[in-house]
Amino acid sequence: MTPAFLIIAVLTIVAAAGAMTLRNLIHCALAVAVAFVGLAAAYLQLNAQFVGFAQILVYVGAVAIVIVFAALLTRGGEPSSEAIFSKTWFAGLGVTIAVLGVLTWAITRSVVTQRETAPAPEVTVKQIGDALMTKYVLPLEVIGLLLTAALIGAVIIAMRDEVKK
Amino acid sequence: MSEFDQIFVTLKHWLLGQLANVVPGALLPVLSALLSIAAIIMVFATLFAIMTILERKGLGRIQNRFGPNRVGPFGFLQPAADGIKALIKEDLVPRAADKVVHLLAPVMLVVPALLVYAVLPIGRNMVAIDFDAGLLFFFAVGAASELAVFMAGWSSRNKYALLGAMRAVAQMVSYEIPLILSTVSVVMITGTLSPVKMVEAQVGQGGWLPAWFVFTPWGFAGFVLFMIAANAEANRSPFDLPEGESELVAGYFTEYSGFKFALFFLAEYLGLFAVSGLGITLFLGGWQAPFPALEFIPSWAWFFAKLLGLIVLFIWTRGTLPRLRVDQLMNFAWKFMLPLALINLLTAAVWHYMPPGSPRWLVCSGMVVGPYVLLGRGLLAGKHVAKRIYRYAE
Repeated sequence: MTPAFLIIAVLTIVAAAGAMTLRNLIHCALAVAVAFVGLAAAYLQLNAQFVGFAQILVYVGAVAIVIVFAALLTRGGEPSSEAIFSKTWFAGLGVTIAVLGVLTWAITRSVVTQRETAPAPEVTVKQIGDALMTKYVLPLEVIGLLLTAALIGAVIIAMRDEVKK
Repeated sequence: MSEFDQIFVTLKHWLLGQLANVVPGALLPVLSALLSIAAIIMVFATLFAIMTILERKGLGRIQNRFGPNRVGPFGFLQPAADGIKALIKEDLVPRAADKVVHLLAPVMLVVPALLVYAVLPIGRNMVAIDFDAGLLFFFAVGAASELAVFMAGWSSRNKYALLGAMRAVAQMVSYEIPLILSTVSVVMITGTLSPVKMVEAQVGQGGWLPAWFVFTPWGFAGFVLFMIAANAEANRSPFDLPEGESELVAGYFTEYSGFKFALFFLAEYLGLFAVSGLGITLFLGGWQAPFPALEFIPSWAWFFAKLLGLIVLFIWTRGTLPRLRVDQLMNFAWKFMLPLALINLLTAAVWHYMPPGSPRWLVCSGMVVGPYVLLGRGLLAGKHVAKRIYRYAE
């Protein structure tokens, strides 16, 4: 466990906890964005450049913006005066502990822990591009077609101006 | 190449060699990075100062007035005076403002604006980090600035600031799509995401013109789309609705004063230089001389000459065009620029697969001009376009 990983992990977990516990909804959204950045940093630390940059581009650049816009457009800016913890927090705690217990049990008993860890592959962006263009070309084309169709469809819906009387 | 061309690279290596005698070897990579960072910050912050005075004087000329002419010779020390003023001004924070977010927003805006310079090749062998996915890095980091703009507008607790931030974010999200799509054609042709390799792909001469992408039909269309989108991303006139003075005081940074206000300007101009630098790298041949005979001028000088050229273009545009309306702004991005950028991708593909020669030029030029004319005519159909008649205000 390197110091860099520790810093990134603490940052991500603290930001994620903040996103759950902060009173102000916009603060929560900003904390989520920090957690996204922490995840991207973790990817970059693993030498996964493409995933790391894509994480920032998609999650910080788009998803976080959508979240704050939704929060702004749907309610007022004042934080609610209700308690942060719901009245049934003890039930939630029980469920959490149960899930954690089952997961820990499953992981410790699984065959994955006995396997030797493979050496980390050095994947360049070029290799990802090659794989996308050869082995995974059909899924890529389908997704590309779908997204382009969605983009053009949205524009066509907006194309016709309302005719004023 | 000449020694003068590599003078800064040599200088850095010499400095590192001197430092290697003093500090332990483990620190050298950090020092090397710090040297690059210091150079980038110094050069582009100075360019910011130069541009503010150029812009004020240029706009003054366009508007038939003098512009600043009191501080120093011809007013050229005005940026220094402005900087000192910003530093010693009182820092006002509204009582209702969200103090932490209000403080963080200008910092969050400047950091990505500086980070993107890491992947720009500003001369031969002069790039801070040669990322494989450099272009992706540029756009990923650039996207973070939208959140900072929102933070500034929201934390001020001011209607104008919030409206300005909403406009700014909507505009930046919309124009990011044509901005990125117009660069994808270059990625398709060069087959790389690394800005350094993109410059290398534009080496040499194609006929009597340099082999820059701007001198191909798809490259020209891509460059024009890119520059328009870049203008909108930088929130500059005619796309300056987020800070439209006549409507929103100053938009999202209305409630900022002193040096934080200066940071907003710094971030705006740094972003403008960075995106112009990317345009130069992608379409204008990067740091390369247009003709072999001119190669005695060092590569970094070519880069900054091109950058200054684009800056003059931006100042000229700002002084010439009036501000758009919100609906015009969105229509322009989604109904005009987006389809043209998509068609441009197809044009680049056709250009790539047709054999060189005049048929290729003819077909691809048709694919650029045809949709432009048809789409422009189609969008204007049924609209009454004429000189505006003011009924009461004349």
